[in-house]
Amino acid sequence: MKEIVIISGKGGTGKTSITASLAKVAHEEVVAADCDVDAADMHLLLQPDFANSEDFYSGVIAQINQAKCIKCGKCKDVCRFDAISIVDKQYVVSQLDCEGCGYCAQICPRDAITTPQQNVGNFYISSTRLNMPLVHARLGIGAENSGKLVAKVKNEAKALAEKRKIPYLLVDGPPGIGCPVISSLSGADFVVFVTEPTISGLHDLERVYELTAQFKLLAGCIINKADLNKEKTAQIKKFIRKHNIYELDQINYDEKFSEAVTNGYTAAEINKEYERNFKHLWEKIKEIVLEDK
Amino acid sequence: MKIAIASGKGGTGKTTLATNLAALIAEQQPVTLIDLDVEEPNSGLFFQGKLMEEIPVHKMVPNWEKKKCTFCGICQKVCNFNAVIQLPTQVLVFSKLCHSCYACSELCSTNALPMKPEKIGKTSKFQTGNITFIESSLDIGQEMAVPVIAHTNKILENEYNDKFIIIDAPPGTSCPVIESVKDVDFVILVAEPTPFGVHDLKLAVETMRELKKEFVVVINRFGLGDGKILDYCEQESIEILAKIPNSRAAAECYSYGKLMYKYLPEIKHEINKIAKYIWQHLGDRK
Amino acid sequence: MKIAFTAQGPSWNDPIDPRFGRAQYLLIYDEEKDKLTVIDNTAINQVAHGAGPETARKLFQVNPNILITGNGPGGNAARVLENAQISVFIGAGSLTVEQAYQKYKNNELEKL
Repeated sequence: MKEIVIISGKGGTGKTSITASLAKVAHEEVVAADCDVDAADMHLLLQPDFANSEDFYSGVIAQINQAKCIKCGKCKDVCRFDAISIVDKQYVVSQLDCEGCGYCAQICPRDAITTPQQNVGNFYISSTRLNMPLVHARLGIGAENSGKLVAKVKNEAKALAEKRKIPYLLVDGPPGIGCPVISSLSGADFVVFVTEPTISGLHDLERVYELTAQFKLLAGCIINKADLNKEKTAQIKKFIRKHNIYELDQINYDEKFSEAVTNGYTAAEINKEYERNFKHLWEKIKEIVLEDK
Repeated sequence: MKIAIASGKGGTGKTTLATNLAALIAEQQPVTLIDLDVEEPNSGLFFQGKLMEEIPVHKMVPNWEKKKCTFCGICQKVCNFNAVIQLPTQVLVFSKLCHSCYACSELCSTNALPMKPEKIGKTSKFQTGNITFIESSLDIGQEMAVPVIAHTNKILENEYNDKFIIIDAPPGTSCPVIESVKDVDFVILVAEPTPFGVHDLKLAVETMRELKKEFVVVINRFGLGDGKILDYCEQESIEILAKIPNSRAAAECYSYGKLMYKYLPEIKHEINKIAKYIWQHLGDRK
Repeated sequence: MKIAFTAQGPSWNDPIDPRFGRAQYLLIYDEEKDKLTVIDNTAINQVAHGAGPETARKLFQVNPNILITGNGPGGNAARVLENAQISVFIGAGSLTVEQAYQKYKNNELEKL
């Protein structure tokens, strides 16, 4: 089984629409995994049935057992995040401010503080309207995506792919360059960058490229809205050639793209031409991935 | 008066709105624009100001002193973030993973891990005409946005308390956003009228309600999509301040780093509505 | 020579885990003693951040000379490995542990 991860650095480049479009044309060959958990939008296009759901626990928050607490105040003294305060003569933890460092629990003389794992959301294994399974997650407010959650989503997707003998895993990666992205890249066979020719697009591409270079990953690039700014498109092309990144595709600015998303279908379903182009793109990606090893 | 411009997801037009609004308001009065999207600060690409001051931002991390270390293992044991790893002959500190909780440092019985400042980013102040522009950014390779945002907030509190401030907040609904909006008077949420946009707006609205923040909505790229976003706002009694029309010309302006209200009157009209609302709010507060 | 592998299971026939930090098992083959030691690393699935350093620490306890894995380790893990002077060979992501060992013996793996 081969793992293809799609990332973009910044938001709004069309990464999710393109991932969903690839999933559409690849249908029975892929398991789709949505690791962009902060803005998990793939389900809007693939319409999963949320058939199998599981609670997801991550990170800890301090909890004070009032019966054991002797009100010595040590926990409040050591907390660097001002997360412990006195309310009605009791020491209480502010959920929003607690970093989960556990220092207070370490020094409490009565072992009155525990640090239970937090239920931060749910994760799902679904069937979709397009005949491929989708593994996805939903986080509660203020909960952060983490390497752990991304690894969980990918592991479940892989297990499913192996069980059903599906040859490819298609991962919608998280934005940024932090821990969740690193976790999404870890184990990848091929990375696809989706970028746009704007002042920020190239800047962000350079930053994510640094990361993939560190992992020695094979990478390709799709330039979305390519005709919006020909100068920047040329600069992006120069960058990808210099770093031996495959030039996978260029997609021109087209309002049909947003229209498709609005109506809940993928760009590959706009018309025959788009479908053909995405099929071609998918074949190209497979060729590169298979050739590599 | 402090307002923040935020959104549930990236790429909806936060920076576009923040920069255009600040520039338009600056035609009438001084304004301070703050870019707190510290992982991807892009507002600065729209202004060529004079650099007035650059302030480094630090976070405190433990520094291992070999001579004092007894290899007792407590530092590694108390660290909840895997930021301190003890090997047979040395202790490694991963400052990027460190949350500066001081546990390893203060619980070390031989004081072998004193806390020292490490630079993680910087705050730069620029001046151009009526606009004071403050940009905070994380250094490449650093991941913890919250300390940089908190540091900028402190500067605002100390030096800009009486100023008219517009904040370009980071996207999402997690800690960096919460830190960015916690001291503002109200929030403008920018959303696109697509299903993605509505979905992400809902998350942003939930977050603002949880934080008990006053907020209004601006729809960007209006004309795209369907009316679901209008239905949603009506159902939830959320005020829609303006509808910035969708156009290819606007997207081109952005790609070149130009302020679009200067070229596109229909966009200027909408940005003006927002400015008027703010001025009115400002009057009410006084 | 002590050679470590990141693996998806505990035996010679299991596939290499291409990940370092989130590898499910660490297998260590001691060539002199002809002995294979297995470290179960599945608890790493519960770690939210900093999987790289945590796995590197476990690996360090058995002190291997060489590590064979799939992709290059991330920055944090790379630093521990560098400090430990472990040579890292990559590109074994699609092989079993046994095949990876043979490839290493034939000098067919890329050294980081």
